[in-house]
Amino acid sequence: MIKKEMIAMLLAGGQGSRLGVLTSKLAKPAVAFGGKYKIIDFPLSNCINSGVDTVGVLTQYRPLRLNQHIGIGMPWDLDRNIGGVTVLPPYEKSSNSQWYTGTANAIYQNLEYMDYYNPDYVLILSGDHIYKMDYEVMLDFHKSSKADITLATYQVPMEEASRFGVVITDETGCIKEFEEKPENPRSNKASMGIYIFSWKVLRDALIEMKDVPSCDFGKHIIPHCHEQGMKICAYEYKGYWKDVGTLGSYWEANMELVDIIPEFNLYEEFWRIYTKSDILPPQYIADRSKVVKSIVGEGTEIFGTVENSVIGSGVYIGEDAVVRNSIIMNGAVIEKGVVMDKAILAEGVRIGEGTELGVGEEAPNEFAPHIYSFGLVTIGENSVIPAGVKVGKNTAIIGETTIDEYPDGLLKSGSSIIKAGE
Amino acid sequence: MRAIGIILAGGNSSKMGDLSAKRAVAAMPMAGCYRAIDFSLSNMANSHIQKVAVFTQYNSRSLNEHLNSSKWWDFGRKQGGLYVFTPTITSTNSYWYKGTADALYQNINFLKSAHEPYVVIASGDGIYKLDYNKVLEEHIATGADITVVTSDIKADEDDISRFGVVKVDEDNRVLDFEEKPIVAETNTASIGVYIIRRRQLIELLEKCAYEGRTDFVKDILVRYKNVKKIYAYKLDSYWRNIGTVSSYYKTNMDFLKKDVRDYFFRQHPDVYSKVEDLPPAKYNGEAVVNNSLIASGCIINGTVENSILFKKVYVGNNCVIKNSIILNDVHIGDNCYIENCIVESRDTLRANTVHTGEAGKPKVIVEKSFRYSI
Repeated sequence: MIKKEMIAMLLAGGQGSRLGVLTSKLAKPAVAFGGKYKIIDFPLSNCINSGVDTVGVLTQYRPLRLNQHIGIGMPWDLDRNIGGVTVLPPYEKSSNSQWYTGTANAIYQNLEYMDYYNPDYVLILSGDHIYKMDYEVMLDFHKSSKADITLATYQVPMEEASRFGVVITDETGCIKEFEEKPENPRSNKASMGIYIFSWKVLRDALIEMKDVPSCDFGKHIIPHCHEQGMKICAYEYKGYWKDVGTLGSYWEANMELVDIIPEFNLYEEFWRIYTKSDILPPQYIADRSKVVKSIVGEGTEIFGTVENSVIGSGVYIGEDAVVRNSIIMNGAVIEKGVVMDKAILAEGVRIGEGTELGVGEEAPNEFAPHIYSFGLVTIGENSVIPAGVKVGKNTAIIGETTIDEYPDGLLKSGSSIIKAGE
Repeated sequence: MRAIGIILAGGNSSKMGDLSAKRAVAAMPMAGCYRAIDFSLSNMANSHIQKVAVFTQYNSRSLNEHLNSSKWWDFGRKQGGLYVFTPTITSTNSYWYKGTADALYQNINFLKSAHEPYVVIASGDGIYKLDYNKVLEEHIATGADITVVTSDIKADEDDISRFGVVKVDEDNRVLDFEEKPIVAETNTASIGVYIIRRRQLIELLEKCAYEGRTDFVKDILVRYKNVKKIYAYKLDSYWRNIGTVSSYYKTNMDFLKKDVRDYFFRQHPDVYSKVEDLPPAKYNGEAVVNNSLIASGCIINGTVENSILFKKVYVGNNCVIKNSIILNDVHIGDNCYIENCIVESRDTLRANTVHTGEAGKPKVIVEKSFRYSI
């Protein structure tokens, strides 16, 4: 008989639209992080390191890259005879077929998957945070507090608490009240979107709430269970936790990795982060090049200057190029003499000779000011930037661009080139 | 592919000095993140050979660890697989492998139970790329009994007298085969890669064993050179053997040259190796790195020039490392100076250590200190 104590359901279907052109062709969990990783590697590694060997990954938005990355789960030791990783896309039914309309709706549509493993507990995760967390400790807390639902919380600064869903607890850690993005928060314990449900509680709640449109955990399921008088406890998590939902926080979290001893340390033997590694040669740092305060992936060749940057695998940085405060993902090619500051380059981007990125004064982005701010230049995957142009700050480019698209050889701060069909 | 592969990786080399104390030559780390045997194994995989046996004997722990899964070279198929054969005691034999032919003979059942008509035999200490199909095509075209792959050795590359030296006629038929001659007649060396029909090999091995002979080169190639048709296949591309300290050092340093690097790392086909989950290399504020290969998991605080840092090397503050090879998982304390050296893996160099070898004659450093007490 098949029996798992706890299985994980990892929500990886969202676009993450606040990452702009970075997620125009792939889901947010598949976005690169820290040179060689992808965001989903962190929850997946946490699962296997916590002894959770059965993980359903719910995909919906642009799943190709995610599917390729996850494969049969070998990099995370999740290729199992029973359990392991299973990718769960929405599917057609004999009647009432629908996309995943909300987080809880997505889980509801996969009741069969969870039933198969006959679990005692179900762990709900989202695929868009950078952290190392032992879910087993959280499960112990769940058991010892005899909770029906445990949700993980993180102490955020009081002034930022209004951006999160916060919980108000009693002295035993039991939750008394919820506030979703309150104007005047009474607590700074933010919900991390990580839940442990006792299986029966989750199953019943999902079935009772199945007709709620866009059924969501935070908005519907948790309040519903609270109303019914279930015991909901807050598990306070004290380690490193970073939401990388915006370009600014994504850039910052990457930049923190180059600190002398980063708060989030990838070099510790304990609690390793696994990823799908291609078999790549070592990196080559040429004569007359300079690489400081940076992390660099395998197979990369550097002939120019790299400072304070995160460079992926298989990247080429030509002679006299200067890369500062930037994130460059796998396979990008930076030709001779390119100068860039505060740029984020997605996979396979090509920058022509002598081009400058991040010049001039900041100006708010005309197209999506709430996305493209922080003074960053953001370039989507496989884009081509011609030689000899200048690109200002708060800009976004995706697609193969030519010199004609840069009036006077300049894309001024706050402008974007988003090619049709991208 | 109509062949099975055999890699002879049992050997020790006294010329490797301290470097071979803890591993067979085939397990020597190469070019930052590979091991010597990866090159032959990748050649096998890229030639679509699906069944490969590796024969090990000398200090095989390190090699076995490297070969613990066949998936890196994609041998883990239903048809085929990667086999590691170490000597075992049987009811009829209680000896180690007494020679290459004996090693093959002791595993003759592997040869007998295969159905592929040909056998590719390779050594584990050659650094090269070769499509064995091309050799096999020529083997069939010439009607050879045995085809020996050869490479011309230039005097500045290596010492020809440490190889088997081959003399051929205009049709590439081997006229003479001399093992490690004092004075070599030609500069054509056998690179230890042979193709032979499987049944022919079984027959020769059984005869050898009956006569109490044990060495593939001496007792088969040299002895049968006039009776059997032995042809040479000349390999024109890059080939080096890493069996001595100086050739090991030189071959690694070759990877700092653009043409060698591009040939192995950028051109098809790729070289495969076991992947470890290591984070990207990290360069801190005072790092100065020039003309060097750096593998994953390294953390660099000092100066590194014309050197190769293997996986997980830590370089302390104010260190200077020049023209050196630092093997896996070495910790170098602050203010060290290392020039023209090969630092053995898992070493811990205390702060302020100075080691200098001579140019072209690298010094091998084996230093075990307690890592966490410095």
